[in-house]
Amino acid sequence: MRSIAAVNDFVVRFANVNGTGSASANNMFAKAIFRMGLPFSAKNIFPSNIQGLPTWYEVRISEKGYLGRRDGIDLMVCVNPQSLPQDVKSVRSGGYFVYDSTKILHPEFVREDITYIGIPMMEICLREYTDPRLRQLFKNMIYVGALSMLLDMDFEVFKGIIADEFKKKEKLIAPNINAMELGRNYVKEHYECPIGLRMETRDLVGDSIVLDGNSACGLGAVYGGATVAAWYPITPSTSLVNAFEKYANRLRIDKETGKKKFAVVQAEDELAAIGVAIGANWNGARSFTATSGPGVSLMNEFLGLAYFAEIPVVLTDVQRSGPSTGMPTRTQQSDITLAAYASHGDSKHILIFPSNPKECFELQALSFDLADRLQTPILVMIDLDLGMNEHLSPPLKWDDNRKYDLGKVYDAEDLENMAQYGRYLDTDGDGITYRTIPGTHPTKGSFFTRGTSRDEYARYTEDGAVYVRNMNRLLKKWDTAKEIIPQPELYQDGNQHKEGVIFFGTTTYSALEALDLLKEEGIEMDAMRLLSFPFSKKVEDFVNGHERIYVIEQNRDAQMRSLLINELEVDPKKLIRILNFDGMPITAAYISEQILEKMVVEKVE
Amino acid sequence: MTYVKPSFRHPELPKNDLGFTKKDYEGAISTLCGGCGHDSISGAITQACFEMAIAPHRLAKLSGIGCSSKTPTYFLGNSHGFNSVHGRMPSVATGANLANRDLIYMGVSGDGDTASIGMGQFVHAVRRNLNVVYIVMNNGCYGLTKGQDSATADVGSVSKNGINSFNAIDLPALALELGATFVARSFSGDRTQLIPLIKAAVSHHGFALIDVISPCVTFNNNTGSTKSYDYVREHITTADVVDYVPPGEEITMEYAEGSSAELTLHDGSMLQLHKLAPNWDPRDKLAAMQRIYLSRVNKEILTGLLYIDPDTQDLHDILNTVDKPLNELREEDLCPGSGALEEINRSLR
Ligand SMILES: Cc1ncc(C[n+]2csc(CCOP(=O)(O)OP(=O)(O)O)c2C)c(N)n1
Ligand code: SF4
Repeated sequence: MRSIAAVNDFVVRFANVNGTGSASANNMFAKAIFRMGLPFSAKNIFPSNIQGLPTWYEVRISEKGYLGRRDGIDLMVCVNPQSLPQDVKSVRSGGYFVYDSTKILHPEFVREDITYIGIPMMEICLREYTDPRLRQLFKNMIYVGALSMLLDMDFEVFKGIIADEFKKKEKLIAPNINAMELGRNYVKEHYECPIGLRMETRDLVGDSIVLDGNSACGLGAVYGGATVAAWYPITPSTSLVNAFEKYANRLRIDKETGKKKFAVVQAEDELAAIGVAIGANWNGARSFTATSGPGVSLMNEFLGLAYFAEIPVVLTDVQRSGPSTGMPTRTQQSDITLAAYASHGDSKHILIFPSNPKECFELQALSFDLADRLQTPILVMIDLDLGMNEHLSPPLKWDDNRKYDLGKVYDAEDLENMAQYGRYLDTDGDGITYRTIPGTHPTKGSFFTRGTSRDEYARYTEDGAVYVRNMNRLLKKWDTAKEIIPQPELYQDGNQHKEGVIFFGTTTYSALEALDLLKEEGIEMDAMRLLSFPFSKKVEDFVNGHERIYVIEQNRDAQMRSLLINELEVDPKKLIRILNFDGMPITAAYISEQILEKMVVEKVE
Repeated sequence: MTYVKPSFRHPELPKNDLGFTKKDYEGAISTLCGGCGHDSISGAITQACFEMAIAPHRLAKLSGIGCSSKTPTYFLGNSHGFNSVHGRMPSVATGANLANRDLIYMGVSGDGDTASIGMGQFVHAVRRNLNVVYIVMNNGCYGLTKGQDSATADVGSVSKNGINSFNAIDLPALALELGATFVARSFSGDRTQLIPLIKAAVSHHGFALIDVISPCVTFNNNTGSTKSYDYVREHITTADVVDYVPPGEEITMEYAEGSSAELTLHDGSMLQLHKLAPNWDPRDKLAAMQRIYLSRVNKEILTGLLYIDPDTQDLHDILNTVDKPLNELREEDLCPGSGALEEINRSLR
């Protein structure tokens, strides 16, 4: 048997039991990789259940800096007997299997082609600790300790992490280090350390940070000036509003009075959540809500109202897999058409697609400017993978000179100097009209907001010509939006090659890696990352400038491709689907294989 | 009915303390059916706001969808209005109120809007003690969709569609149960009762429900309907008569029947209660619940101020938000700046 040998380039997976405190031990492992200066990506794979069921945590270490998921497990740490049969199977040939050897492994689970590393974790815990809770917690530290020795990781780094973690509970530092040492000593005595997989310290992460997308969005909402957040709990978006509240409680309390410069309302449902957000924005406060697919479904009617009545609102959709309840704890990018055309009638909405926590922070903050400027809903589209997993990211940045762009709002003075105010008059010819905030002027500037058709002065009308004029103005605003919203990013400059690739959001990580894989096969392509919908001229040019475009996305129906066909009116044959929708983040290997396959098919035809 | 409103104003029209005439509190000409109870309520709102000398731009009127929800167009033409979607006015009002605690919020809804599609939002607005005047124009039917029974139609009541066989939802009783801090019922045809109730509701610091029986002349004013003008006039009973006394003004009035009591509201205004029903104390929740129940059994329509807790905490008090309206806060109040961000970056390494 040949064992896998690799330095700084492999995948470790932990198989745990939900609710046993393994998360913090696993995170510690990931943090140690980061502090050793190595790029990594981590994925929580968890069930839609609170306690007792299997849960996995997968970490990829990549010296080359690839941050997408990679298939195949090189080292499995199995701490859950329940999932053992499938865990044994999922290890790559030549890989390693770390397990609790307190009980003997059933012969049925012994494979010839992998290396078994048994550590009597429970036995050690029973011997060392009396308190059942401590036994559970320290068992996690024992396997992390063992790994640090097996993989030759810098133990000082772990000590530093523990010291940081228990800064306020210093008494816990020594026992945690001790538990790790129990694991280290055991494997040192019983196995040859390190194994074929090793980590060496490098200086590859620079000033990067590690953060999950939901926290970054929550913080972005604080910086972007949101004062009202309304939400209804749903995985995977719950932690976004929690983060907003946490940061706001830290950063937005009035020093003198102790009162809050923000309000968070846990609404009775998503209908109410977006209703609150719309009401607050109508009244001049920046407000947002966050939800996932089922919530967006419920918010449809209100989204149509905000679109037609032209009320700013920000909604962050942390997508999970559908349809219906689908796989609620698995990732997808499958709310795209729902979000783009939410609500009845001719309505369409602006979508923003961040790819990493830094962009989550920046684009969430920017969304409030965009919503105010365009007076329409802005939907920030992330997914479970970006929202709930920690990602390596460039540090967050904020320009202190930045002013909030409140868009076109008339104040009392403007109104005073005006003969007649018309809420829906296109004064500037860009489709965007001027609003007034309730309470501004005693006799001028009030208007009636409604979802029914109205004229330029906000007066109800069913006059067909007036209605058409208004609907066309909304389209003009749509065109204006194209150049204001975040522009796509080009990789591999210009239109040099016949073929191009389009991707967005979390598919970016794997798509960029796939391009490298293809290059190794002698295939080069141009690439574009979408950051927003509607598509700007740049997207149109990119599509028109290539013979064929591969559109990579994580849903069954090629939803982004549909938008491209629909909005750019391009020949569907030109846009080739690269789809993954099994609920796991797409991998580079899969993308490159698919592209290769589809190229062959094309040639045969 | 005429659809053109004369712009001429008589120079000697009476003015309120702000110098506005009653015309300044009117809205567009109503397009509801002639005789619709809702128009009388619009009139009462106009009168109440004129008499209270509310600056029109300091009041925001919000509604859902329905004939009743159209009425904000027909009163207070100088106030910002928001006709939202069916049944969802409470959430929009909640957001508006959170954005600016300094304005007066008047929510207008129908019984279909509130007691069916909007029930969820209604009960939660009550629960949060949102500082809003919540007027239900209750006609026991859906006017705008042509006369279907609503959830407040009494069992056995006859409408165009036949006899209603389902129990009615009693909004005041429900609101009491949910902890509403101001609960009243009135009748669109009784302006002398309705106007002071609206004024008191405006002065109340918290959720103020006024359920106004408001006959739909087109679909539900027939014999056998328990929300018709005739039926209501025959079955109405009054719990109390309310006089609203603005802050700093004193009035004295003698009432023959029953005893009187005075209540000071949050803004310093006063309510003088003249009880017609024996032993009526609108601060006694249990008694109010009992009395409402009793009148239902007796097929009476009990009107007046049924319950009030004049000393309450509204949603802003509960959330502990700053006194300054949130919509007036700017970068310097809201943005923690790059320094704080650097610290956050450091904590994430
Ligand atoms: C989501 C939705 N469903 C149904 C309707 C149709 N609809 C409009 S008004 C209304 C009922 C209005 O009844 P009520 O609130 O009692 O007001 P009224 O017209 O009687 O004053 C209905 C069902 C709608 N506008 N929206
Ligand atoms: S249908 Fe009924 S509720 Fe509607 S306007 Fe006419 S009378 Fe009023």
